[in-house]
Parts: sequence; C-alpha cells; structure tokens
Amino acid sequence: MTPRQRRMTLVVGIVAGVSIAGALALSAFRQNVTFFFDPSQVASGKVPPGERFRLGGMVEEGSLKRAPGSLEVRFVVTDFSREVPVVYDKVLPDLFREGAGVVAHGRLRADGTFVADEVLAKHDEKYMPPEVARSLKRRNGASRAAPTSAVSAGTTAAGG
Amino acid sequence: MLPELGQFALILALLLAGLQAFFGIVGPMLGRERWMAAVTPAVAGQFVMVALAAGCLIAAFVGNDFSVAYVADNSNSALPLFYRVSALWGAHEGSLVLWILLLAGWTVAVAVGAGRLPPRFAARVLGVLGVVSFGFLLFTLATSNPFLRLDPPAADGADLNPILQDPALAVHPPILYTGYVGFAVAFAFACAAMLEGRMDQSWARWTRPWTTVAWAFLTCGIALGSFWAYYELGWGGFWFWDPVENASFMPWLVGTALVHSLAVTDKRGLFKSWTLLLAILAFSLSMLGTFLVRSGVLVSVHSFAADPRRGVFILAFLVVMVGGALTLYAWRAPRLRSTAGFELGARESFLLFNNVLLVIAAATVFAGTLAPLISDALKLGTLSVGAPYFNPTFMLSMLPLLSLLALGINAGWKRGRLKDKERTLLLTLLAAAVLACAVVFGIYAHGKVLTPVGVMLGIWIILASLVDPLDRWRRSLSLPRAVLGMTVAHVGLGLAVIALATVQSFTVERDVALAAGASARVGSYDFRFEGVRPVEGPNYGGTGALVVVTRGGAPVAILTPQKRQYWVQRQLTSVTSIRMSRGNNLLVALGDDLGAGRWSLRIQIRPLVSLIWLAALIMAVGGTLAASDRRYRTERARESATAGAARPAIQSP
Repeated sequence: MTPRQRRMTLVVGIVAGVSIAGALALSAFRQNVTFFFDPSQVASGKVPPGERFRLGGMVEEGSLKRAPGSLEVRFVVTDFSREVPVVYDKVLPDLFREGAGVVAHGRLRADGTFVADEVLAKHDEKYMPPEVARSLKRRNGASRAAPTSAVSAGTTAAGG
Repeated sequence: MLPELGQFALILALLLAGLQAFFGIVGPMLGRERWMAAVTPAVAGQFVMVALAAGCLIAAFVGNDFSVAYVADNSNSALPLFYRVSALWGAHEGSLVLWILLLAGWTVAVAVGAGRLPPRFAARVLGVLGVVSFGFLLFTLATSNPFLRLDPPAADGADLNPILQDPALAVHPPILYTGYVGFAVAFAFACAAMLEGRMDQSWARWTRPWTTVAWAFLTCGIALGSFWAYYELGWGGFWFWDPVENASFMPWLVGTALVHSLAVTDKRGLFKSWTLLLAILAFSLSMLGTFLVRSGVLVSVHSFAADPRRGVFILAFLVVMVGGALTLYAWRAPRLRSTAGFELGARESFLLFNNVLLVIAAATVFAGTLAPLISDALKLGTLSVGAPYFNPTFMLSMLPLLSLLALGINAGWKRGRLKDKERTLLLTLLAAAVLACAVVFGIYAHGKVLTPVGVMLGIWIILASLVDPLDRWRRSLSLPRAVLGMTVAHVGLGLAVIALATVQSFTVERDVALAAGASARVGSYDFRFEGVRPVEGPNYGGTGALVVVTRGGAPVAILTPQKRQYWVQRQLTSVTSIRMSRGNNLLVALGDDLGAGRWSLRIQIRPLVSLIWLAALIMAVGGTLAASDRRYRTERARESATAGAARPAIQSP
C-alpha cells in the first residue's frame, strides 16, 4: 500500500467506527430513556402499557401506610387533581415525607397501582423536583394540555 | 470591616486581571517590551488580592460573622471549626472564590516556570489566563458576591448542609477544581501558540507537564467525589452517571486524549492541530461543567440555588471564550502542517485510535447528559437518561480502547515493529486469560460474559505495560520517570478495569426488615441486628444501630450505621457504616422504624470497590511521576535558549 492508500484506509476505518458507534448509541438511547408523567397524565391513559416511567408529584398528606414491621410501604402521589397509589418495598430516602415532592421510577400494574423500584427525593428540604413543580403549576394555573416539559436529568436518589 | 476589605480586594484583583490580559495579549502584538514586562507583576498582585479576599471570607466563617449573608446561609456557631473552613466552598459564591484562587495559583506557577519560555510566548500565555480570570472575577462580583451583608445580621447561621459535613467532601472540591482549572493552562498554551502562529515540538514539551499534573488532580478529584457519594449519600454505588459527575468526567476523557496526543506532538511533531483542538475542548468542557452545575439547568445533588442571571452570564462567557478560541483555531490551524508520516502499526496509529475512542466516549456522555435539556427545550417531552444508556454506550468505545492499549504501548514510534514482541504479547494475553478465568470462575463461580473479558483485559494491560520496563531493567538500561510514570498510570488503569468488571457483576444488595436480635443472610455473610440506641454529636442527635457481621460463625465486623438529625436544618441524614472483609466492602445503612420493634436496613456487599479509588490514585501518582521527568526541565532550558536565538525570525501576527 502507498502511504496515501494507508491513510485512506485509516480514515475510512475511523469514519466507519464512528458511524457504528453513533448508530448503536442512538439505539441504546431509544431503548433506555424513561419519560416523566404526572398523575393526571397517568389517569388519562397517556402512559404506554407496560412501560417503565417516572411518576412525579406530591406525597398526599396522611396517605403513608405500612403494616407494622413490614418493609412494604404504600402512599399516594397527587398533583391535586388526580391520584396514583404507589407501592414500594425498599428503604425510603431520608427526605421522603408526606406533603413533599417525590419522583418514583417503576411500572403501572393492571389494577392502577404504581409499583416503584426506586423512589427519589432531593437532598434539600426546600426542594421540589422542578418537573413536579412545573406540572403542579400547570395543573393549578392553566388548562393547556401540552406535554409536561421540565428538566429531569438527575433528581438524586436514595432509592435502590 | 473584613468583608468590605475582601470585596475591595476582589475588585482590585479584577482590575489586575484586566491589566494582565491586556498587556499579555496586546503587548506582544505591538512588540512593546515594557508592556510585556508588566504582566508578571500583575499576576503576582492578582494572586495576593485573591488570596486576601479568600482569607477575609475564611475569617468571616471562623469568626462566626453572621452579618455576611453567605456565612449566615452556610455556617452555624455549633459547626466544628474544620467544617467552618471547608464551608467556604459549601455553596455557589464561595466555590467561585475557590475557583479563582486556584486559577491565580496556577497562573503564578506558570509565571514562575515562564523564565524558561521565550518572553513573548510567556506573556501571551499569562495574558490568556488573565482573560479567563477576568471573566470569572467579573462573574463573581456581578452575580455572586460572597461578601454581601445582612441587615440586621442573623442571630445564628442556617448551618452547612449536613451531607457536606464530611472529611472527604472538605477536600473533594479543591482537588477537583485544581484539575478543572489546570486545563486552563493547557488552553492558554494553545491560544498563545495560535497567536504566535507557530507551534513546534518544544511547545508540546512545555505544555505536557502542566496538562499531566492537571489531569492527575482531576483524576484524584473525581475519585474522591465517587468515594464520598458511595459512603455519605448512602446510595451504595460509586458512579451514578449523575449530570454533575458527567460534567467532571467529560473533561477528564478529553484531557486523557490530550495527554496522549501531546505525547505524539512532543515525540514526533504530529497531530498538531488536533492537539490544539483537544486543549481548547478540554477547558471548554471544564467551563461547560461549571455552567451546567451553576446555572441550575440541571437538577442534581450538586446544583446550588438557581439564578437565571448566573446561567446567562456563564453561557455568554462560554460563548466568548470558546468561540474566540475556535475562531483563532480556524484562522491559524491550517498553517500548522505536520510533515512526518507513520505506518499503520506504529505507536502513532494506536494513539490516534486512543484519541478517537476517548473523544467518542466523551461525545456519548455529552449526548446523554444534554439530551434531557434539548428534549425539554424542543418540547419533546421530559425524559431522563441513566445507566441503561450510559453503561453500554460507554463500553462500546472502552472495549476497543482497552484491547488496543496493550499493543499500543509495545509498538515503536514511526514503524510498528510489533513482530519482535509478538511472542511476549501472546504469552501475556494467554496468562491474562488463564488468570481471569481462575479468578472469575474459581472465586466467584458465576458471572456474565463481560466479567472474564474485563478482568482479562485488565490483567493484560498490567502485564503488557510491564514488558518494556522489565526489558530495560534486564538490560540494565535507565528507566526515565516519564516511562515509569506511564507504566504506573497504565497499571492503575488495569487495576481499575479489573475492579470495575468485578464490582459490576458480583454486587449483592438487599433491603431487609429486622427486629433486635434477628439476623439476615446476604451473600455468604450473616448480619445480626443488635438494636438501636440514641447518639449525640456536636450539632446533631439521632439513632445509631449495632450490626454484628459473621461469616460461617466467625466474627467479621461490627457495623454502626446512624440516622442523624442535624439541629439547625432538621434534616435527616443517614450515615452508612462500611467495613472491609476479604476484599469485599460491607455496607449497612439504617432505614426507618417500621413499628413492631423492627427496623429497615439496607445491606450491600461489593467486592473490590475500594480498588477503584486506589487505582485512580495510582493513575494520578503515575501522571505526577511522568510530569516530574527531568527531560521537561532540562530540555526546556535548552529549547528556550535556541528559541530565544531564533526569535527575530518569527513573524509577528
């Protein structure tokens, strides 16, 4: 091979590598993002069946229930318009409390209960996840039915 | 009085940074020797002023001056002295002061080392650093003044966030920032070279040690942050692909590429414009990280109170700096021609792959980190991107990178000559495969496909990096620190790969509900819960649990996780308890009182997780060793002599 051909081989190889990596990354991306929904969107059937998603809202006052001595805990997430019951069987994060904002990862069961495998609460008492805050603001203030848009990159976890 | 003095010092520092930038950049353009001579005093003055401002702020913290808003927000009279000092960087304003102080420190170091550089070039480097410093000082004074007073003063402070009251966190930001800011030096060298319109191998030799040291600090800082997240946040993992973790990881990936591409530019005079681009990119990503963290556009444990003005300011500054540097690059880079060639199997081609793969890795992390922002801006819905995306895409570029590493370090420059070492390399690969299978199937008896592959690659990298040093030793040749440092860093990487592969596959975690006296078996260990009792600290109260761990009846460890309530912020904070056993990290976190005398506990067993942080430390030590090689000092002196002699020939831009 002449130096020119060799260089071209190298360039073609790199371009091919980058394209393959890009395609694979895109497909991994498609399969692995989780969307955010609030209780009203859940109630109106916006969630594709069986899909794992993030449910956000406020923990309803007085809704936290636990059989004594059991790890399993039940609570209700509300956006003050609709409610979704949630069941979770791991240790709750430090900042989880009734009347505070929460984001739960999990799936919807056929009976309408949300089975969470991860519950997140931010490490700051004054904090409400912005996606929850915006969704609440929208529910209370407007009737616009645009898709919930909020930044949701990293509400931090204390869940499993 | 002191806070006003601090603010005055910051304003003076801003003016001095402006002078430093002006004289450093305009002086060489107009050929004014006296302007250039004013740069170094400006650097020194700026450092003194910034140090004075930082000192005033620390004095306000130590003296519990709650008339200063920042102190009142982040400290308390009950806070131990150590944390009152580290509270300086506990929130936004103070961490900016820290950033500026470190930048001033790096600038002074460059100015001291600049005696060996051609004066015009040195002035330009310091001038560019002055521009960066000016921007950050202006940002601090305009949007985030740490010296604002409260009237009337607060009776007591709101206390430092409890999760920040931790020794590892006290040192994490300074070390991480030293790395971040260190890339500003590489950036300044790149801009100065472009302003000169000339870049040669001696340029790379000047830039290399600075870049490598910054990289070593960044490595340490990221590892410390990961360590802190592991035990303090109680999430039980060491890496979460949290946006802010990614913000520090992207400059690290590009910085790693830069360290390697500088090696090629230094040794062979190749990859010139690519190296410049990487230097610009590494610092741009450092600044983008600052923007992402400070602007509040990303939600994370690290993000401080959001203030839209701050976001806009940093974004504008980012556009000016990066845009300016890239314009300069577009204008000047075509002049930089590399004349030498190399063969496909030569070390240069392996380093080219290294660079391409590292940049791809940084790009995939970048895409995943910014996708939620972009999707949000375009109203495509609210999405989150987590480990299920990052892990496979990151592996995609890391697997080929790690596979080529063992070959690359044994390939010669210019011509491959790998044939001479074919036998050795095959032998090491075979040994690595046998060892990996023995470890994975012998000790752990199960595992995913990638586990033995990962362990094998890690062992192969270690063995292959030792080939050349052992060969030198056998032939009693000298082992320069540059080679030794490279070997140490690569051994560290190999260890990290082994640890990562093992942790990912063999972690056991369970949440259990236990009554006092009951026990749970997790992995091969029995965790017996002995009950809880109240605990009290200087500024918190809470509950402590006692957990006795046994293995086959033999005692292993006593763990004491706590749940603390800090008095001022009333915030519940779990403090995990961690012990080592046979290379495993046993972690217990105390959950809630479940009623009926039972408590929830989170139990996790992670093999070799400590090795990840140790490996990062080894990599950083390797980098520091390599940067301290004599050739950078002696060669620099000689090069500057020749460059000085040749100076009249250089065309002024």
